Amino acid sequence: MNRRAPKDLPRPPAETSALLRTSKLVKVYRADGVTVEAVRGVDIEVAIGEFVAIMGPSGSGKSTLLHVLGGLEPATSGEIWLRGQRVDGLSTAAWAILRRQHIGFVFQFFNLLSNMTVADNVELPALLAGMTPRQARKRREELLAELGIADKAGAAPARLSGGEQQRVALARALANEPSVLLADEPTGNLDSTNTRDVLRLLRRAHAGGQAIVMVTHDARVASLADRVINLYDGMVADDAPIVPIPRRLNGVADVVELRG
Amino acid sequence: MRQPLLALLAKEPAHGYELKLALEQIFGEAYPSPNIGQIYVTLKRLEQDGLVRSEDVEQTTRPNKRVYELTPAGRDALRAWVGEPSDGPRVRDEFFVKLILAPMAGLADRMELMNSQRRHYMGIMRSLTELQADADPADVPARLLIEGAILHLQADLDWLERCQEELV
Repeated sequence: MNRRAPKDLPRPPAETSALLRTSKLVKVYRADGVTVEAVRGVDIEVAIGEFVAIMGPSGSGKSTLLHVLGGLEPATSGEIWLRGQRVDGLSTAAWAILRRQHIGFVFQFFNLLSNMTVADNVELPALLAGMTPRQARKRREELLAELGIADKAGAAPARLSGGEQQRVALARALANEPSVLLADEPTGNLDSTNTRDVLRLLRRAHAGGQAIVMVTHDARVASLADRVINLYDGMVADDAPIVPIPRRLNGVADVVELRG
Repeated sequence: MRQPLLALLAKEPAHGYELKLALEQIFGEAYPSPNIGQIYVTLKRLEQDGLVRSEDVEQTTRPNKRVYELTPAGRDALRAWVGEPSDGPRVRDEFFVKLILAPMAGLADRMELMNSQRRHYMGIMRSLTELQADADPADVPARLLIEGAILHLQADLDWLERCQEELV
C-alpha cells in the first residue's frame, strides 16, 4: 500500500500535481446579526488520484468546507482552484456546470430522486455531463454491476435498504467520471455491515485512480485515505499522511494482544 | 497461558501437543500460535501447584506420552477465574501523563503531542482495517478480536478529541 514514488523519479512540482487547492479559504455565516466563522483561512491541496479524509469534532467546519469546495455554498473569501482553474468566483449556474462535469457528491442521507428508478438516478448525471444515452446506459450498467446492485436497476430508491441506497448514490456520484468525488459522512447513516461494503467500494474507486475528499468522524472509514486533514475551530490543526504500522509475522495476534 | 490450558483440560484430559492444536483450532489467528515448550513448562507448573495431574500412557509404536487431567483444585481455580469480572481496558496512561506533564515542563506543545498521537492511532487503524479486509470470514474469533481492537481505538481517538477540547 506504499504509494510513494520511487526515489529516482523527481516529484512533480506542487502546482502541476494539485487537482484541488484552496488558499486562505473563509466561510462566514451571517444571520439575524449573528456571525459564525465556520471556515477560517484554510489552505489545503489534493493531488490527482489522492484520497484525503477530513476529520475534526462537530462544529469544526468540515462539512461546510466540503460544501464550499463543491460550490454548494459560496466562499466568503479566499481562493479555490480546481484543475488549474480558479473557481471560487463562479456564478451558481457556472458551478452547476462544473459539478456536472468534474465533481461527484455523496451525502449522508443519500439524496436520491425518489420518483425515478435506480437506473435513471445513475444515468442522469452521465447524460448531464454530455454522454450519449447509449454511453450513459453502459456506464450505469458497469457501475451497478461493480457495486453489486445490477438487479435493482428498475426499482424505486425507496424500496432499497439504506446500504443499497448509498451504493446507488455512489454509482450516481461516479457516473460522470468526476475529477474528484466529494463525500460527506457517506457511512454516517449505515450499520457496520453496510459501512464495510461502502468502504470496499471507496477503496476500489480509489485504487482505480479516483480522487476522493471525504468528511467523516469515523476513524475506521478515514483510515482508508492517503492523508488526514484535521480541522479544529475552522482551521487546519493537522495535515499528515497515514503511515500504517508495519505488520509483523503473526498477523492478527501481533496487532491485538489477547491476554489470559 | 495457565487458564486457557485449565479450561481445555476441563473438557477432557489431553497431552501437550493436543492442547497446542486445540488452541490454534479454536482461536485461529486471534491467538499467538503457542510455543510447545511453553505449554510443557506451564503444565509442569500447574502440576506443581496441584491444579493438574498427569500419567504416562504407553504407546506401542511411539515413545510414551504424558496425559494431563484437571484436579478438583484445578477446577476450583478455573471456576474462580471464569466467575471474576475481567479488568476494563485502561486509558493510555503513559500518553496521558506525557500530555499533562510535558507542557508544564516546557518540553512539548499539547497540540503537537495530540497530533502525533492521533497520527499513530490512525496508522494502527489502517493496519487493523487492512487485517479486517483480509481476515478469513470463517475465523470468527479473529474477526471479533479485530473488531474489538478497532472499537477500542475509536474510543481512544474520541477521548483525544475530548482532551483537545478541554486542554487547547
